[in-house]
Amino acid sequence: MIHATSLTAVLIFLFFAGIVLAISFYLGSRAKSASGYFAAGGGIHWAVNGIAFAGDYLSAASFLGICGMIAFFGYDGFLYSIGYLAGWIVALFIVAEPLKRLGRFTFADALDNKFNSRGIKLAAAISTLVVSCFYLIPQMVGAGALVQPLLGFPHYVGVIGVGLIVTLIVTTAGMVSTTWVQFIKGSLLVVLCAVITVMILWRGLSTKPTDAAGRPVHIAQRNVPAAEITGAPGAVVLPEDGAWAGKPYLRVRDAAGRVSVWRREGAALLAETQTMMVRADGSKLVNGLPRGKGAGEADLYPVGYASKLAGGVEETGPLGPLAFLRTLQQSEVILWSSDKIAEADGGTTTIYYQKPTPGSDFMAPGSSPTFRKVRGDKFADKLDFLSLMLALFCGTASLPHILIRYYTVKDQASARKSTVVGIAAIGFFYVLTLYLGLGAMTSGTLDFTDSNMSAPLLARSFNELLFAVISAVAFTTVIGTVSGLIMAASGAVAHDLMTNFLQMKLDDYQKVRAAKIAAVCVGLLAICLGILFSKMNVNFLVGWAFNIAASANLPALVMLLFWKRTTKQGITAAIVVGMVSSLAWILLSAQAFRDVYGLDPTRALVPFSQPAIVTIPLGFLVLIVVSLLTPRHEDNAPRPATA
Amino acid sequence: MAGLDFKAPEAREQEDAAVVAHNTRLGLVLFAVYVAFYGSFMALSAFRPAAMSRPFLGGVNLAVVYGFALIAAAIVLALLYMRICRKAK
Repeated sequence: MIHATSLTAVLIFLFFAGIVLAISFYLGSRAKSASGYFAAGGGIHWAVNGIAFAGDYLSAASFLGICGMIAFFGYDGFLYSIGYLAGWIVALFIVAEPLKRLGRFTFADALDNKFNSRGIKLAAAISTLVVSCFYLIPQMVGAGALVQPLLGFPHYVGVIGVGLIVTLIVTTAGMVSTTWVQFIKGSLLVVLCAVITVMILWRGLSTKPTDAAGRPVHIAQRNVPAAEITGAPGAVVLPEDGAWAGKPYLRVRDAAGRVSVWRREGAALLAETQTMMVRADGSKLVNGLPRGKGAGEADLYPVGYASKLAGGVEETGPLGPLAFLRTLQQSEVILWSSDKIAEADGGTTTIYYQKPTPGSDFMAPGSSPTFRKVRGDKFADKLDFLSLMLALFCGTASLPHILIRYYTVKDQASARKSTVVGIAAIGFFYVLTLYLGLGAMTSGTLDFTDSNMSAPLLARSFNELLFAVISAVAFTTVIGTVSGLIMAASGAVAHDLMTNFLQMKLDDYQKVRAAKIAAVCVGLLAICLGILFSKMNVNFLVGWAFNIAASANLPALVMLLFWKRTTKQGITAAIVVGMVSSLAWILLSAQAFRDVYGLDPTRALVPFSQPAIVTIPLGFLVLIVVSLLTPRHEDNAPRPATA
Repeated sequence: MAGLDFKAPEAREQEDAAVVAHNTRLGLVLFAVYVAFYGSFMALSAFRPAAMSRPFLGGVNLAVVYGFALIAAAIVLALLYMRICRKAK
């Protein structure tokens, strides 16, 4: 779809970015020490830090990606919400306090506390960098994907713009400004989504939704007698040649020469479709007309509405939170699927067709193509689902940009309290995602070519200002998360690699300068990766980052805390094996074959795409075996970082 | 600022081994409770998907109710932990 550029959105975004930068420069003029730069001097209030946790965690992918996935497929998107939140339980009960007790600036500090081993420092720093980069890619891609339709700039302009702003934030005041950016963004996001949820419930559900201006949205036709279409004056049915043979479509050219495609539904009944034809020369035809907004041109029209509501009504009126879910479960919604056909002349036609789906189907696990197989009988088919749920559960507590936030508060009690605040804010937000996603599904404004746009478009169905604000918040979201990640990566380079591994003697000033240079380099790298991976699915990439983080870091963290026989060689080996095996598994998976290399996914070398269920246990196993084979460390009592 | 290298002395809160042990044990117990709850959700979704789509509470199906309950349980357990864990002196 072609989205109208919104000047209001641009202005509001510039306003937000201006505030954030002003705060950064102000705080930057005050924070001078290394501790101030890396850990905000340990002086952030726990409540602020808690909301900043939410700001860090509710990335563009979890906000735009989950809403989009629920809007397109239903319940399966909500599985991510559940898994992302559950991960915080590992963070709170297992990792938070020991980490605060053992470390100073980075996650490598805590791991290495007992041993002072260069191998651990190197392995932990590399795993921090790898995970941060994997997590950065989807954020940058998301930034570009938002800029394109909203502000009218090309994808790379969005990526470069976000990259520059973020680098500026991180280099001016490090963790202090990063924390305040996260705080502002986290509170804005949660409050705004709560407001939209109330508006969704107030509006209720309708089989004939209207847009913000009160115009009814286009309802695609179904159950049209074939004779009505083929018998129209001047209509010609095109032959089913080439790739069209055997497909359930009927192509009809009308008197004006415009070709429309209909999908056969049972005997002699047709349903309307939408088509996007890309000719060999790159020009595009939408629904048989040149793509555009002008006269004689056409664009894909927005979709998303219930076709049948519970009780046979056309409109429900305001609904309570439970009644909304109950009504949807007993209703039928038109979802859209697509089909690609290679034309004889080298072009391709994508057909988007209606798929009336009962609520009992899309409101239960297995509603999306990714997890469809969970409803089958084969055990192997269920492993992908189980593995992802495990990765989400174990990944949170292993993400470096979340872990470093434990060093910004003054003591363990504050670490604990801020985690609880974070869990409450994030949990509340994830409950809202279900309403936002289902609201978008039935808002009549969905763009079925871009799931990431579902949440902003849902806001547009209410009014233009809300749309502008939510788009601006989404940008701020990207900026917040990316600055946290760059912060984690720059800490890994300056603190873990340069100071601790290479044992360079850096004074306070040099160390902060090294971190700032590292931040600029990582920022530039993020810009390049964001442009390179612009075609990848955002939520999917985040799932990979969780898999790698959990496989590389979790076994080492947990065993260090709970098994006295753990040795430094064991930790180093577990990090390296976990990281390499999960990375290799991902690169050899069916999804990488299809989305990254463009190869036939059936030729993939591993049986399913999410490695966690294999590689996390592998990490534990390697740690145990290597630890038992290497000599026990003479001093087994963990000592505080200050000893 | 004093000391920038890794093992530099710095003002820290006092460690009390008994407090640490108590909180660690409490954390593990609550963690086990949540793992059981989350694990059952995974198992039900994977092996009894039909049960998940049946209306469970107030007409809302088990999948949604269980999902909300998992989110609520995380918040409740977190608050509980904060109430009953021992504070460092």
